[in-house]
This record gives sequence, C-alpha cells and structure tokens, in this order.
Amino acid sequence: MSNNNNFGTGGLIDPSQLNQITQAIAGLNANQLTWMSGYMAGMAALQDPTLAAPQQISAVAAAEPVGNLTIIYGSQTGNAKGIAVAYQAKASAAGIPAKVVSMADYKPRQIKNETHIAIVVSTHGEGEAPDDAVELHEFLGSKKAPKLPNLKYAVLGLGDTSYEFFCQTAKDFDTRLATLGATAVVERVDCDVDYDSAAAKWQDDILAKIKDDLTAKTTQVPVAAAANTASVASIYSKKNPFSGTLLASQKITGRDSVKDIRHIEISLEDSGIQYQAGDALGVYFLNDADMVTRVIAAYGLDADASVTIGEHTLSLGHALTEKCELTLSYPTFVKALADTTNDPGLVALLADKTALREYLVPRQIVDIAIDYPVAITAQQLVDACRPLTARLYSIASSQSEVEDEVHLTVALVEYDAHGFTHQGGASGFLSTRLEEGAAVKVYVERNDNFRLPADPNTPVIMVGPGTGIAPFRAFMQERDAQDAQGNNWLFFGNPNFTQDFLYQTEWQGYVKSGLLSKVSLAFSRDQAEKVYVQHRLVEQGAEVYKWLEQGAHFYVCGDANHMAKDVEQALLDIYQTHGKQTADEAKKSLLALRKAKRYQKDVY
Amino acid sequence: MSGNKNLVVEGKLAVNERIKGESNFLRGTIAKDLTDDMTGGFTSDNFQLIRFHGMYQQDDRDIRPERMKQKLEPLHNVMLRARLPGGVISPTQWLAIDKFADDYTMYGSIRLTTRQTFQFHGVLKPHMKLMHQTLNAVGIDSIATAGDVNRNVLCTSNPEVSYFHQEAYAWATKISEHLLPKTRAYAEVWLDGEKVETTDVEPILGSNYLPRKFKTTVVIPPQNDVDVHANDLNFVAIEDNGKLIGFNVLVGGGLAMTHGDHATFPRKADNFGFIGLDDTLAIAEAVVTTQRDWGNRVNRKNAKTKYTLERVGVDTFKAEVEKRANVQFAADKDFEFTGRGDRYGWVEGVDGNYHLTCFIENGRILDYPGKTLKSGCKAIAEIHSGEFRMTANQNLVIAGVTPELKDQIDALAKANGLMPSVSNQRKDSMACVSLPTCPLAMAEAERYLPDAVTEIESMLTKHGIPDESIIYRVTGCPNGCGRAMLAEVGLVGKGPGKYNLHLGGNKAGTRIPKMYKENITDTEIMSILDELIGQWAQERQANECFGDYVIRAGVVAEVVDPAKDFYA
Repeated sequence: MSNNNNFGTGGLIDPSQLNQITQAIAGLNANQLTWMSGYMAGMAALQDPTLAAPQQISAVAAAEPVGNLTIIYGSQTGNAKGIAVAYQAKASAAGIPAKVVSMADYKPRQIKNETHIAIVVSTHGEGEAPDDAVELHEFLGSKKAPKLPNLKYAVLGLGDTSYEFFCQTAKDFDTRLATLGATAVVERVDCDVDYDSAAAKWQDDILAKIKDDLTAKTTQVPVAAAANTASVASIYSKKNPFSGTLLASQKITGRDSVKDIRHIEISLEDSGIQYQAGDALGVYFLNDADMVTRVIAAYGLDADASVTIGEHTLSLGHALTEKCELTLSYPTFVKALADTTNDPGLVALLADKTALREYLVPRQIVDIAIDYPVAITAQQLVDACRPLTARLYSIASSQSEVEDEVHLTVALVEYDAHGFTHQGGASGFLSTRLEEGAAVKVYVERNDNFRLPADPNTPVIMVGPGTGIAPFRAFMQERDAQDAQGNNWLFFGNPNFTQDFLYQTEWQGYVKSGLLSKVSLAFSRDQAEKVYVQHRLVEQGAEVYKWLEQGAHFYVCGDANHMAKDVEQALLDIYQTHGKQTADEAKKSLLALRKAKRYQKDVY
Repeated sequence: MSGNKNLVVEGKLAVNERIKGESNFLRGTIAKDLTDDMTGGFTSDNFQLIRFHGMYQQDDRDIRPERMKQKLEPLHNVMLRARLPGGVISPTQWLAIDKFADDYTMYGSIRLTTRQTFQFHGVLKPHMKLMHQTLNAVGIDSIATAGDVNRNVLCTSNPEVSYFHQEAYAWATKISEHLLPKTRAYAEVWLDGEKVETTDVEPILGSNYLPRKFKTTVVIPPQNDVDVHANDLNFVAIEDNGKLIGFNVLVGGGLAMTHGDHATFPRKADNFGFIGLDDTLAIAEAVVTTQRDWGNRVNRKNAKTKYTLERVGVDTFKAEVEKRANVQFAADKDFEFTGRGDRYGWVEGVDGNYHLTCFIENGRILDYPGKTLKSGCKAIAEIHSGEFRMTANQNLVIAGVTPELKDQIDALAKANGLMPSVSNQRKDSMACVSLPTCPLAMAEAERYLPDAVTEIESMLTKHGIPDESIIYRVTGCPNGCGRAMLAEVGLVGKGPGKYNLHLGGNKAGTRIPKMYKENITDTEIMSILDELIGQWAQERQANECFGDYVIRAGVVAEVVDPAKDFYA
C-alpha cells in the first residue's frame, strides 16, 4: 500500500494496474508521453465528464496544427457563394486548406475560434444585410460580440454603385470586426456590378499576406476553453443567487400564434457557474409595479410605510415588489387576513374548502385584495404573504455551445381578468418587464434525473411538446459538441406549424448536419382532428420499440397532467402491440426502463 | 439538330439545364419534399421544378426578418398560376376557385394577372395536392404556366365579336395543348395518378425543355390588349370579309432585363409574314423547336427568343422555321393596333347576348369594405349561364349574358362594386403583384399603384386635362410582369421606394420607353411627372399622347432598335 504513494497515485491505482501502466509506457519518448497524458484525459472525460479539466484537453489540442482560413459568404443571389467557392479552390491550390461556409449556416459564436476569415457579402435594399447575413451582422454589432484580438480578416463587398448605400453591409462587417480588435489583412474592397477582376485581385492579395501566417507553425493560438460538462459547485445558490444579465428576450412564436413563447438568454459571465444539459435554472423576479400599486391601493396603504421581514426593515412597496408572493394565490393568505380582521366575507370563504379552492385558482393576490379590501396594516399584509420563491425553468442550452450564457424557453402567462391584465410572475418579468441588459437573479438547480446517456453512442428519444422542448435543445447542443454518434429522435408538438414550431431553424440545421436522425411533429390545429405527440408515438410504434430494444433512452418534458400521462400510456401500448406483451408485462418493462434510468421525465 | 455549330452557344451549361436534365421529366423529388413536414418549402432543385407545374415558392416578405429572429423559417407557401388559354373560365369553375381561395389560401383572394389567368397566393404545403385535385375536378390545371416552357396562351378578349373571339380562342387552346409538356409528372405528383411503366417523351420541348420561358398570344387587331411585344410568339388574326383566314406571325418580343446588365434589354417582336390557318400549329412548333435548339443554354440572361434572334439574325431564324415547318411565310397582311385597354361596361354581342367588362383594380378579387368584389363574382357565377373571361389587363368580362339575366347581373355587379366609376387614368394603369409575396420584387407595385394613380389624377386635373390618361405601369423588378416596358410612363423597381423611370411608350404598345432617371424615389418621380404633364397639357398637338409628346419635345430619345439604342 505504502508503495503506491511513492508514485503519487494516492491509492487510486492498485499495484497490478500500476504494473500494466509501467509496461505500456516503457520505451515511449517525452512527446509520446505527453500525447498519452492528453489521450487518457480524454478517455476519462468520456467516462466521467466531471473529471475532465480544461487544461488537459487543451494540451491535446495544442499539439494539433494551428490557424485556418474560413471563407464566409452571405448574399441574396449566388454571386458571393460563387466567389467563395472559387476562392477555396484557389487557396487550396496555394497550399492553404480553407473552409467555405454560408452565413446562414455559420454559428456566430464560432468566430472567436477562428484565426483567419475572408468575408464575401452583398448588400440588400437600402443598406441592410442580406437575409443570410443578418444574424452574424447583428451579432458582431451587439453587446454579445466577443473581443477578437487574434483574428485576421478580409472583407469583399458586392454591390451596385447606383444604390445609395453601396456595399454598406461589407463596410459594417469591416468596422465591426476592427472594433472588436481584429486585424484587417488587406483593405476592404467594394465591388460594383462587374466584380470579377476586383474580386480576383482581392483574393490574390490576401493569399500573398496570409500564406506565411498559415504555413508558419509557430503561431500560438489560444485554445478555447474546452467543453466542461460538470455542474461545478459555485458560491451561488438558491440562498445566494447570482445577478446575471438579460441578454435577449425574443418571442419565438409567430405573429399569428395563439401562444407567446420567449427565448431568453442570460449572461452568467464571471460567475463561474456551470450547469449540465438537463439542469434547471431558478429565476427570481420582481413583481409588476402596477400590480403592487393596485394591491396597496386596495388596502388603502402607503407604499412608503415601513415593514419588517426577518431582520430587515424596508418599505411596503419594496417588500411587495421583491419579497412577497403576489402572482400565485394560497389559502394561508386568506386565513391570515380572516384571522386578523374577522371579516365575515373572508371567514365564510375560508369555511368551505372546495369553494375556497375554486375561488383561488383563477386569482392572484391582487384580485383577493380588490374583492376583500379589509382594513389591515402594512405589516399585517406582508406577514400574510408567502415569501416570494424563485421559478424553475428547464435550461435550454448547453455550456459547450453557449459557454457563459444560459438560455430558457418561457411561455408568457398573460390574460385579462377582473378588469385588467394579469401576468405570470417570472414569465411576465423575463418576457416583458425586464429590459435587455438589466439584472436578474438566478441559480442552477441540478437535476441528475434528467441526463443524457453517458455513452455518446446510445440512441435518444426526446418527447417535448410546447416549452417541453427546452432541455432537448440543450441535449442537442451537448451532443453536437461531443460529436456524439448516437441517433437522436425528437417528438414535438404545438398548435400550428407556421406559428409555433419552436426553434424550427435550429432543428432544421441539426437534421441537415445529421445530428437529428428523426423528427416527428404533431401540430394539433393544422387539421380537423387534433393530433398530439402521443399519437405520433403510437403511429411510429414499431420504430420506437426497435429503438428501445436497441437501448435508446426515452425522455419526456413538459405538461405533467395530460401530456406525460398520455405519453406513458402510448409507451405501454407500444410494449403491448410491438413487444407482444400483456398489460402487466408492459408495466414491468416500463418499470425496468425507469430503473435503468432509460426513462426520464422532467414534467411540471 | 441544326448541324451548324455557330447557331448554338457553346460553354458550361447553366445550372437550370442540369436541374431539368436530371429531373426525370419534371418529377425531381417533389413527392418526397411533400412528405417533409420540417419545412413548408422545397429543396433547391424542386424549388425550380414546381414552376413547371405552375407554382412558385414564395413567402410573406413583410415578416421575413421578424421570423428569422423568431427562429422560424420564412412563411413558405406557393403561388399557383392556372393554365387558362384565353382567360376563359366557366361559372362552375369560378365557384370552385372561389371556395378554394376562401378555405385554403392565406390571402383569400383570386388574383387576375397580366398572363390572362388567375393566381392563388399563399397556399401551404399540406394543401397543395388538394388544390390541384380541386382544380382538376372542374377541368383546370396549371401545367407549364411557369418554367422554361410555352406558358399560358393569351387571346384578345374581344367581347362584341363573339364568333371571331370563339375562333381565335379555339386557336389559343389548340396552340396551348399542342405545345404542352407531355410528361405524366403532373398527374403522378399532384393527382396521385397511376405510375405508368412507359418512358416519357417530349417530341417538341425536348427532355431539357426550353432554354427559358416562352410566351405566346393570339391577338385580334386593332386591339393589342395582350401586348404582342412582350411575347415570344404572336399570331395576329387576319380577317377577310368577317372570316378568319390566317395569321401574321410576330416573333421575338420580350420585356425582361437585368439591372446593370446591358446585354439584356426589352425587345419588340419581328413580323415574319402571313400564314394560313392550316399552318398554325406547324409554325408554332417550328418556332419553339428552333428556339429550343438555338437558344442560349449557357447564359440564362441571354436565353430568350429575342436574344436568339439578335444573335443568329432574323432572316436565319425565319428560314429555319420555314424549313422545319415546311411552310413559306407569305407577305404580311395589313393590320393596325390602336389601343390596349379593355372596354368597360355593357356591350351587345353580334349573337344578341351581352358582355359586361368589369374594372378590377390590380386584378385582386377580394372583398374590400364597400367593394365586395369576390362575393359579387360568386353571386354572379351562381346564376350566370355564359362564361367569364379574364383579360390581359387584369380585368374580368362577364361574357355571354342572356337578355333575361342582364338586369339581374347588372344589379349584382353594381351592388358589389364591380362597375365602379373610375377615371380614364385609373383604367390605363397597371401593376404586377410584387411585395409582399413575389420573391423577385425589389420595390412595391400592386400596393403602391392605387395611391400613385390618385396623385396622377390630381395632376391631370390641376393641368386642366382631367379626362386624359397616360399608360402608366409599375413593375416590381426588371423581369417586368407589369409590362412597364411598353408603357408611356413605366416604373421598374430598383429598391425599397426606388424605381427607374422610363418615358416614351405609346398607346398602342408598339414602342419601348427609354430610361429617363435611374433609381429615384416616388416623390422625385411625382415631381418630374407633374412638370412634364404640365408641359404636355400646354404644348401638345391634336391627339398627341404623352409618350409621343416627350419624344417630340426631346425629353427622351425614341427607342427604335433597343439592341442598339435602349441604353445609348
């Protein structure tokens, strides 16, 4: 035993294992040993992601060739593509392998991993970026754009001098890249309708300048922090949430949708917070100012009145905004008020439990205040309220893709009742009240019961209608980053195809890249009879059964009351129909699936 | 086939040639795309191929940027252009398309177009087969109304001389059928037609179809409502003692061009001479096959018949047509075009029935507040025993109304805004569809036209000539569906709110207008027009139209031979 300590294995490796290792590495030179260490770290990361430390992976990466030319094009017509493709051939003939990618397919965040880029872009209409270029163009001009001190770039604009904003988009790219610290290899060239010779000269000029760069192997390129999938303990918690920044709140249902669903991006920059695909995010929110005013007015109180919560003294307005639960309703509020005031109405309401429940369901605290404007003090009001709790949302992103951001998919709860507009607490806050750039307190809630299979080759079936899609976006980002080879099958549903296909363009991209093997869609209102995900499951029963037999993991996220139950029934049906099982056997199969952690649910 | 290498453009074939060649006679993988529910659109080759079946993939461009932010694809849908030779449609057919427009199109309208047919706008993928099957059930198809084929054949909608129209219309139909693709792809893909184990053959169009779109008309002078000079092939009806005896054949018109590319230009058709009726189909076929073999398949921007004529020479082309058809053109017979507009209101036909021509602004049949055009047409279709004729000016003729029904239909037309009192200027104005649905549109056309005409009306009033009119046309892009290149004042879309302003066409549509100012705003255009209309009102000679005046006054030079002087 003590022997092992001499080798610094701390008891991790027993003597016979150590012996095998020593034999295996005998005769290797220093370079080979270095490579081995990286290789083994990689193996470890596959077995248990929490063990992979970023610096180990970068050791492997640093041994690979550095510096690449990426040619990125964006235009309405095929001209920019033509130039880009021709340029790739030219560069390759000059001994510089280059990648060509359309801006439509280019992930803007990828730019910080680039060393050399050549942009070919046209300008649309009155100086706007062409459709394909909009996302990258906006990203580089936004607060989210990273500093790019190591990037070398060149821009070729395609335009028509008869337009007022000639080559405006190319000019924007040039300025934005320079602003982010990137270096222009050659000056931007703006081409008129007849672009052939100018474009050719631009290509040659760049090649002349970068040839040395890209063939000299001495260039030290910082390796981006490798994907670290562990939920590392951080100092932030439910008790001590991190003050993140709202980066984006984007409605992702169409203008004619019956739903208002938002894609939310929050920056965790400098927090050190790490989460895994499957985790949830706790979000603290501020209550709506108008609603707080209505509550205070209903009781005839003063917003500036002092109240005490625990050991803190604060104004009533402040307390109701930040500390008190107002958007849910609960019997204890009614009880506290009834006890305090002996108001006959409240006492009567409290007496009939069923009536009380029915009364409370469609109401928020403000509605109770308006219905029963009893005489209470500011302190009594605050005491009657439950403390405001954070709302949990399944995280819709993977840090391998978004790094220090966290994304959510939030359905805005908003309805008119009792004479004014009511909003959900957190959904209203994130979707409509919080300005981009403002602070929001968050923490990560681990969910080890909703995890991708450890083996990247294991197939995955994901059932996530509505906002239940969120964790599967995280799953796919994660599997994309892992380059996981397992098949992935998504079941999604919502009311209408044209309005409610959440993250449609991303799923299309994953289908195109081959990451998503199958997508089964159920748009309930696109035909006379309603169709839901469980119907698609049954329709595809034979295939679903085959996947399960091949070891697929099965995930469900979303509505617990109806959908998850119907999906479970569909699974039982599939075992009976395609597995030729009795009802009892099917139940046992499902139980076994659950015990093997191959049937996981994140339902609410 | 020609044996003469100089007549064929050598080089790397345009991308569309590969698409057509590999399409298995226009099937492509359209059927597979129809089952792909991840997208409302078609993959790249099929995107082109559905045009041969009469559909264009479009999207609501007004909300394209908004949807991109929403991570939703563009709101893909298709526009369908029906094949309706001569624009003739029965009341039963009308009721079927009226219902489909209501139930399954995003815009709920029937759009009459400059190709003398109707279009559905905004049909989603899950309803596309149903659309074709609905049309098929009433005897309408959309084969070859777009793509590199002979498209819907136009025919003058001359309401009075109904027997003459019947004859001309019969020829339009025969020509359309004769030049139609023979592939069974349409029936297989859209009508779930049986797959037959025979190889398709395209004896006229060839397995690669034509190099570019091809447009044909039958026209009855003195009306030039079909705008012969916008078409590749025109049969000008010649009568002798009230009998149709044959046609003058005009070849090589076309208005499309590309901004900034001076190798492209609008061009008038050449008169090849006169043929007898019996030679009509042979000549039609010979013109099409000559263009099929000699048309430029390397550069699509120079692929239309008009460029083939410029390249090989009119005489060479004509000689080849004579050789292929085994027909000699006789000397052309005299004819004259005097105008292009429709005659609004009631006329009595020679057979004792009546015809009502309704003015439909922009050709858009839809219920507007106080102007329930669509309900009105439907109500008429429910009682009418004659037919409807769509005109090449995007208007609608209720033709063959029996004397017994005249009063009832008159009342319905009036009650539903189909007989509006509008100025001559409004009647002489036209626009293509453009934004928000047309993917090629660079500037507004249909949505801009009504207000623009109001402004021009007030100019005419201000300058003391309220009853005068100017052929005024707006087209959203240089492809030119709005036929602005045969207008006295033609606007060609260049960018949002920006147009190239062309002046100097004439009433009869026999002169191409020249560019006066490039890429200017509508405000600038209006101020130019105000000044020029003022001068015209003061200085015009007797019956001198605006287009003639601007040339005489030296505002623009006359375009005589566009290949040489359109850009000069």
